[in-house]
Amino acid sequence: MKISKILTTTIKYLVLVFFSFAAVVPVVSCIFTAFKTADEYQTTSVITPPSNWLYFENFVKAFKTANMGRAFLNSLIVMVVVLLVSVIVGTQLAYVLNRFEFFGNGIIRNLFLFASLLPSIAMQVTVYKIMTVLGFVNHLYGYIIMMCGTDVISIYIFIQFMENISSSVDESAIIDGASYWTVYWKIILPLLKPAVVTACILKGVSVYNEYYCANLYLMDKEIRTMSTSLYTFVGPMGSQYNLICAGVLISILPAFLVFIFSQKQIYSGITQGAVKG
Amino acid sequence: MKWLKSRKGQQAVIILSFITVPLLLLVIFTYLPFAQMVQFSFYKMKYLTPPDKRVFVGLRNYIDVFTRDDCFKALKLSFYYCAGALFQLALALFLATILSFGAKGGNVFKGMMFFPYLISGIAIGFIFKFFYTRGFVLDSILGIVGIDVDSLPYWLKDQKVNNWSLVATSVWRYFGQNMVLFIGAIMSVDAELYEAAALDGANRFQQFFHIILPGIKTIVTLNVILSITGSLSAFEPPFVITGGANGTGTYFVIMNEIAHVTQKVGLASAMAVVLLVIIFIVTILQKLFFKYVFREADT
Repeated sequence: MKISKILTTTIKYLVLVFFSFAAVVPVVSCIFTAFKTADEYQTTSVITPPSNWLYFENFVKAFKTANMGRAFLNSLIVMVVVLLVSVIVGTQLAYVLNRFEFFGNGIIRNLFLFASLLPSIAMQVTVYKIMTVLGFVNHLYGYIIMMCGTDVISIYIFIQFMENISSSVDESAIIDGASYWTVYWKIILPLLKPAVVTACILKGVSVYNEYYCANLYLMDKEIRTMSTSLYTFVGPMGSQYNLICAGVLISILPAFLVFIFSQKQIYSGITQGAVKG
Repeated sequence: MKWLKSRKGQQAVIILSFITVPLLLLVIFTYLPFAQMVQFSFYKMKYLTPPDKRVFVGLRNYIDVFTRDDCFKALKLSFYYCAGALFQLALALFLATILSFGAKGGNVFKGMMFFPYLISGIAIGFIFKFFYTRGFVLDSILGIVGIDVDSLPYWLKDQKVNNWSLVATSVWRYFGQNMVLFIGAIMSVDAELYEAAALDGANRFQQFFHIILPGIKTIVTLNVILSITGSLSAFEPPFVITGGANGTGTYFVIMNEIAHVTQKVGLASAMAVVLLVIIFIVTILQKLFFKYVFREADT
């Protein structure tokens, strides 16, 4: 009995260690390489730690070459605006759809439901045409507007969450003479806070990491986002992996910091966001 | 004016002002392109071809999707990603079960396995290009274990293994996220059930198959179905790591090339429509599945 217990415990930890190891090794090898000088990179194995952990030259060079300061600023602008707009627009829509019966209510719900099935990359075949006609190509605002419009998952989360908010609170406020706007702004929006956090986490991750559309619609150097600026390492630096790894780490750093400080919210966001269908 | 001040009037105002923007966005970025996609799929055209110069070709584009070597091969590649996704779900479920039975340092393990989900597709692309390069990370690690590097294949070039290499990056990226999802689901199963079962002498395997699995079957099934549609949409690993070379071009990689490089907009639209139809069918099957299978099981 005791031996078998020790055995299962050992196997349990071996499994956990193995897969955690598998999850971090690719990143760790990248960290090692990012701190190596060109010489050291040529002569040592990629899985030996660097001789000097304070060699930051690669980071500086990668940051400058790919213009990552500017790219980070652009990504931040895109993220803040997209999150703000989709939270306001999404909660308003969810409020109206959930609280009022009107002609078209069911149709609108189904339109959003169906839209969530369409994979975004496939849609770009013709969205590209529309973006060109609207003159949105190669403008940060065009990309931002498109990003607000294409991801409907957050609207979905708000609609689901609204169903669990009892309507008695806002009904009594209406009887006391509050306007519908006041009800939305003062009662519904604060109550939706958990759903807003969930939606912001899910959408924040996807917006910060979005590459395909950023690559398609933002060509000029000054409006590159984090993902597209990272992609510029493909050309001129070819196989200088010490520089590339440094660039990769810079791009991961913001996500890593957010992760460290809000692990719990991220996990619960992931869990809640998945309960659909 | 009087009407506007009434309750009914105010309702109408708030409804209109709250649905206009989202509906406008939905029409411009989803339904308008959707309608155009169906329309374009019957034509031979480029993006800048004026409407009167487009050539109507009937079902030619659809026939091409199933007969052209590149398109059809890409569709078949989805099976690799589908197999990978199923493995990934099984692994995630296994790890989630281990972690929810309690383990020292569980949060650290969880964090390490989850973090890849937050890394961008491009960064992952570079990380794994580096990882798989001849003589680099993977080869060195296998070398430490005692495997001769010369006996190893070129992970990204050899057509026998390269698609599996790419599928592995996708498993690496998502298994932690699936695991967190399953842990959440397992936590929502009533804890008293485990205690009762443990008191009755049920071992871990019995607890898993009789309590955990039935308790979270909805979310497991949902994820299995999502993984099918997800496999059809596999894009970033091949696009960044190999550029679709050496037989690694998935459906989206080929579609991207046909649409934006060679600008065969009609054919690309037909490809997109075919994909949407497949996804639609899978989704309907899913709804039916949930309606009949789970309803009976619940009663």
